[in-house]
Amino acid sequence: MTKGKKILAYGVLIIASFISIFPLYWMVCAATNTSLDVTRGRIIPGTHLIENFKNLVSQYNVAGAMWNSFRYAIVLTIISMFICSLAGYGFEIYHDKGKDLVMSIILLAMMVPFAATLIPLYRLFSKVGLLNSAIGFILPTISTPFLIMMFRQSARSFPHDIIEAARMDGLGEFQIFIRMFIPTMRSTYAAALTITFMNAWNNYLWPKVIMTDKNSITMPMLVANLKEGYVTDYGMLMLAVFLCTIPTAIIFFFLQKNFAEGITGAVK
Amino acid sequence: MGKTKKMSLAKKQNLTGWGFLTPAALLIAAMSFYPMIQAFILSFQSGKGNALKFAGLYNYQRMLKDTVFMQSVKNCFFYLIIQVPIMLVLALMFASLLNNKDLRFKGFFRTAIFLPCATSLVSYATIFRALFAKDGLVNSILINLGILNVGYDFLTHPMSARIIIIIALVWRWTGYNMVFYLSGLQNIEYSVYEAAKIDGASPWQSFWRITVPLLKPTILLTAIMSTNGTLQLFDESVNLTGGGPANATITMSHYIYNMTFKYVPSFGYAAAMSYLILILVAILAFIQMKVGDSRD
Repeated sequence: MTKGKKILAYGVLIIASFISIFPLYWMVCAATNTSLDVTRGRIIPGTHLIENFKNLVSQYNVAGAMWNSFRYAIVLTIISMFICSLAGYGFEIYHDKGKDLVMSIILLAMMVPFAATLIPLYRLFSKVGLLNSAIGFILPTISTPFLIMMFRQSARSFPHDIIEAARMDGLGEFQIFIRMFIPTMRSTYAAALTITFMNAWNNYLWPKVIMTDKNSITMPMLVANLKEGYVTDYGMLMLAVFLCTIPTAIIFFFLQKNFAEGITGAVK
Repeated sequence: MGKTKKMSLAKKQNLTGWGFLTPAALLIAAMSFYPMIQAFILSFQSGKGNALKFAGLYNYQRMLKDTVFMQSVKNCFFYLIIQVPIMLVLALMFASLLNNKDLRFKGFFRTAIFLPCATSLVSYATIFRALFAKDGLVNSILINLGILNVGYDFLTHPMSARIIIIIALVWRWTGYNMVFYLSGLQNIEYSVYEAAKIDGASPWQSFWRITVPLLKPTILLTAIMSTNGTLQLFDESVNLTGGGPANATITMSHYIYNMTFKYVPSFGYAAAMSYLILILVAILAFIQMKVGDSRD
């Protein structure tokens, strides 16, 4: 690489990084400033964080929305990872023609847009009383073709010798899955956790449809409700956006490497 | 004797396999395929609320005459045609830059460009709405630089509002696609590039002759995922522009939502519109797979 080209490459990457980071930096600054300072274009952190926080919690049930979001996302993530990895393992380790056919039918479900299933699901869930419930939130997205496919790909690299040896030792098939497969596939699970938690946390359309009671709303719904007032308090609004971003940002920082590895497994 | 016992063991394992995949398969059948069939039946019924009766193709005819729905289809295709290529080209460019062994701080650049993915869709839509508001930061910068005298209301002019949505989408999703390409690039031996260099290939040539062909399956995957995502856009339309001004930025999913939950519900009509999305997703995925297969 010549020096000129290297400078060009660094230039492109620096500009791209700046554009990527700046809106988030601005969000943090705005959360610590008064609304007036924000509209004046102040782009350094201020001292108004506590006032913004007091305003926000006095007008909106932030703790409730946070608790709901955490509850829904964590329950969904755990159940979803268990059911999808068990299925992916089953599809790969015991594969035969019948199971391969079922797998290709499941992959077709990837093409089904959520809008097409939204209305019948809403009608069904309201009939059986699942509106405003955690079960109602998680049920449509527990089993996803993408996760099943990811675990099926990773089960391909799981050595059959281990399974045979465990069978010799008298372990049952389910025990082999729990004691051998899960601990070996830690990075795939980490990737699955990242993807599932983020999707659950960010989900907006489905909770907007089924969480009709204001005590059941999620963080993204709270943020969306907040901006609907006539006068926007930017400091308060951006603080809510910031609070809504922290959990996914933390997961992102700890697990981004695993996410990339998991993707590599799925792409191969 | 030993053989029959082994047979039954194999059979037992086969059944265990079915047992493992049944919960997931049943859930997908109940939560994806069953509602899909329900929506298909619904799309031939009309009426308000739950008072529905068979109406034949009425909903599909109504769709073609519905100017707002047609506008939403046009909007989605506008986003698709402009945004997806820009985003995928940028993602591919960043990924191949970051795949270079001579560059430093790659970890930092990768994290930074991937960072927008950590924000929720509602959050980033709200951030961009605030940045491009009439009293937002972008306008204050433009006024301070003397480019504008008064703030330009980006979100109330049809074309600028659409462009803001595209900018926001590119910002949020470029890093995500870049990670897919970086993963794909790791499967290509670096020595292939070195050999090409010795043979006198320019970086531009090795990009088109090595990177693109070897990444074709990944490019195809990201193209299908992005197409799928763009046709289903909802959060940005609702939270960045509210579908406005005068439905100039509304997406299909947003309009379906309005038809179902905002006004008196027209379940049948909304189901017919959602089927159009399904058909469009399927057709576009099919075309992309065909193109991806033949371009060797």
